[in-house]
Amino acid sequence: MIESLHHLPPAGGAHGALSERFSDLAPALTARQAAIESDRCLYCYDAPCTRACPTGIDVASFIRNIHDGNVDGAAVTILKQNIFGGACARVCPTEILCEDACVRNDDAEGQPVKIGLLQRHAIDNAHFAGHPFQRAPSTGRTIAVVGAGPAGLSCAHRLAMLGHDVVVFEAREKAGGLNEYGIAKYKLPGDFAQREVEFLLSIGGIDVQYGSVLGVNLHLQDLHARYDAVFLGLGLGASRRLGLTGEDAPGFAAAIDYIATLRQAGDLAALPVPRRAIVIGAGNTAVDMAVQIGRLGADEVTLVYRRGYEAMSATGHEIEIAQTNGVRIRTWAAPHEVLLDDAGRVRGMRFERTQLTDGRLAGTGEYLDIAADGVFKAIGQHMDEAALLDPLARELERAGDKIHVDAQFRTKLPGVYAGGDCVAPGQDLTVQAVQHGKLAAHAIHNDILSKAEA
Amino acid sequence: MADLSIDFCGIKSPNPFWLASAPPTDKAYNVVRAFEAGWGGVVWKTLGEDPPAVNVSSRYSALHGKNREVIGFNNIELITDRSLEINLREITAVKKAWPDRALIVSMMLPCEEAPWRELLPLVEATGADGIELNFGCPHGMPERGMGAAVGQQPDLIESVTRWCKTYSRLPVIVKLTPNITDVRAPARAALAGGADAVSLINTINSITHLDLDRMVAFPAVGGASTHGGYCGTAVKPIALNMVAEIARDPVTRGLPISGIGGIGNWRDAAEFIALGAGSVQVCTAAMLHGFRIVEEMKDGLSRWMDSKGYENIAAFSRKAVPNTTDWKYLDMNYQVIAHIDQDKCIACGRCHVACEDTSHQAVARIVDGNARRYEVIDQECVGCNLCEITCPVEGCITMVPQQTGKPYMNWTQDPRNPRAEAVGALEVAAVK
Repeated sequence: MIESLHHLPPAGGAHGALSERFSDLAPALTARQAAIESDRCLYCYDAPCTRACPTGIDVASFIRNIHDGNVDGAAVTILKQNIFGGACARVCPTEILCEDACVRNDDAEGQPVKIGLLQRHAIDNAHFAGHPFQRAPSTGRTIAVVGAGPAGLSCAHRLAMLGHDVVVFEAREKAGGLNEYGIAKYKLPGDFAQREVEFLLSIGGIDVQYGSVLGVNLHLQDLHARYDAVFLGLGLGASRRLGLTGEDAPGFAAAIDYIATLRQAGDLAALPVPRRAIVIGAGNTAVDMAVQIGRLGADEVTLVYRRGYEAMSATGHEIEIAQTNGVRIRTWAAPHEVLLDDAGRVRGMRFERTQLTDGRLAGTGEYLDIAADGVFKAIGQHMDEAALLDPLARELERAGDKIHVDAQFRTKLPGVYAGGDCVAPGQDLTVQAVQHGKLAAHAIHNDILSKAEA
Repeated sequence: MADLSIDFCGIKSPNPFWLASAPPTDKAYNVVRAFEAGWGGVVWKTLGEDPPAVNVSSRYSALHGKNREVIGFNNIELITDRSLEINLREITAVKKAWPDRALIVSMMLPCEEAPWRELLPLVEATGADGIELNFGCPHGMPERGMGAAVGQQPDLIESVTRWCKTYSRLPVIVKLTPNITDVRAPARAALAGGADAVSLINTINSITHLDLDRMVAFPAVGGASTHGGYCGTAVKPIALNMVAEIARDPVTRGLPISGIGGIGNWRDAAEFIALGAGSVQVCTAAMLHGFRIVEEMKDGLSRWMDSKGYENIAAFSRKAVPNTTDWKYLDMNYQVIAHIDQDKCIACGRCHVACEDTSHQAVARIVDGNARRYEVIDQECVGCNLCEITCPVEGCITMVPQQTGKPYMNWTQDPRNPRAEAVGALEVAAVK
């Protein structure tokens, strides 16, 4: 996927030494730290943290369970709302969700309870004899789920719980979606994502078929005909284009492709690493890219964004991670031209300085060249349109470049539901995708039952 | 600087802080360290008849808070396990070396006159300033007819106290057990026997917690346990009440009291003194932190006294006693209402759910989009203080006295009391 970088030298050194740079970004709490931190929770009534959680985890309750030494109970409290509670504890931007809502921000301490770390403590230290959730008696129905990412698997797990059988169709070789392929390695180190998928599937009744690519060897109209319902958790697989000449030149790559390769790399030392890297974009993927390429050994890493800090979609916490990892951030500069050397390889980027004129972003006519032998774009993704080209799929109503769904995650097509990053509601967050999948499962269940009764 | 020195029933001490009879006062080594640290006095760990007691292994347990702070402490240790001869020799030497400090000897003997007659002169010969009768130890010793077994029988208290006053010129302090229904009865008995003072409370029968795997309480001695005596912060409210009961009892009023029970800082000490104590005894706090804590206790008490203009301990001793009364004399017309300072409120909702579920539905929850506001419904608020107690923000909820314009009226005078007249008549009779 990153053939365009193969002319670059490998990271070099030893895989083991490099791996150490990708160990846990935030160390886990010790049992003692968890006891002290859980004691800080005020056990709010109608707690704002729970209201801020897209999956509605009863935060006060799980923290009280930790506090009372009932870690297994705490874990179940989390998992019953969010089966990806372990990944979310690591990747959720808690600083804009539960921890931002924590009332402790407003009292004399001025510090939120470390909800994310406590959630991780509960999930990591729980010991279940078997899968903690029971399946309801079989309904005899089978649901197709497309995409084994957080939305699809969350939907599959909840459907299995409700008594349905599920077949999950996954395009890649592994399940997990962005948790496996798209999140920075130091946020989900080791094989955490795979272990979490194994745990989720241990409820039973879920069959995952790998290498099933919608629009290639799998078509919506067939699924619709063969299954009692279909859930589309397609994600956003394709990177947006800058629309510049040279965007496909050697030295130019999409950040998500590089991160996926990095996450699957058996030997980090063999990864191509530019000496000077530019990352274009200002979201969490841009930060993940910039920090990781720096940790792999790039001498200079510059993150360039066409607007100012306040408009960045990366959270303040993420930007701080970039800065403490030596990433230089240039704002108010828009990509203008890919600079190539005589061999046609990337040698840098020319940016046009920008400013807001009457509230609109505009170029100033001033230019800025930044030398680089590797440029990574992280300017967002969109759906892979090839997935939805069969006659039935073409009938899906769209919301911009996403799939339109109602509040129950029903598409316009009866029996077809969708959730996660491929639909419009909410933010493109793992935790949001999990909630979509869960709610869609309940909608599917209710719709099937009410149809059966009618 | 305030004068912290006291004269407690003739026992002089440079400050009111004494170490209670317990492991910290078991031998000369500890007591000398305590005096070096600045303690005003010690009550030497209880002497008994030879051969000395023998202790088991595993002796203490505690109730911990979530931050490992010790809320309550439990022990099953007996009286001194060293010989009488060694103890008497050490007491003599320590008193000689520290003449300005109070040295009181705790004693426990069978309820027979002879052993008291024999031992008291030996104790007096050490130069000790007084004796304290251990009628409170609740574990082990009562099984042998001593300790709390005596403290629970007022007639025995009176007899033993009288023997002590007969065979010794030393001031006699009677240490009372809280494991009794009405602490005034043993206090009155001590007074009747001629006691110079009482000290209280001794420890409370307790089991702190269990090992739920082995199904045995702590401290476990092998596979079994026994109840111990409870002390530390948790018992302070019980001790304060018992001190106040004796201080305001018409019979024992004026009897010097050495306050004991959960005293860990200067404020605790000030509270005991204000409720009637003339000296205070400390054990658990010293066992948890070492003798050095007396430094902060003296400094804190002294600065507080300066800030209040109290020149000596007597200046505020018993000052809260007249304000401690029976329920029936409380003012039925007094009214407080909770007030929430919205600028300080962090909207945790604790006041609301506490009042809604368990009290008077007087804290309203106002939902405005994602925001929450909590407001007191004045006409529903009975002034119970629950919201103020559960509020995590200091000073956010205050209980505001209302101007009712009504005069003082207690329950005996209240027309809503069907027995108002009868109660009033009883009161008159009691005063007579």
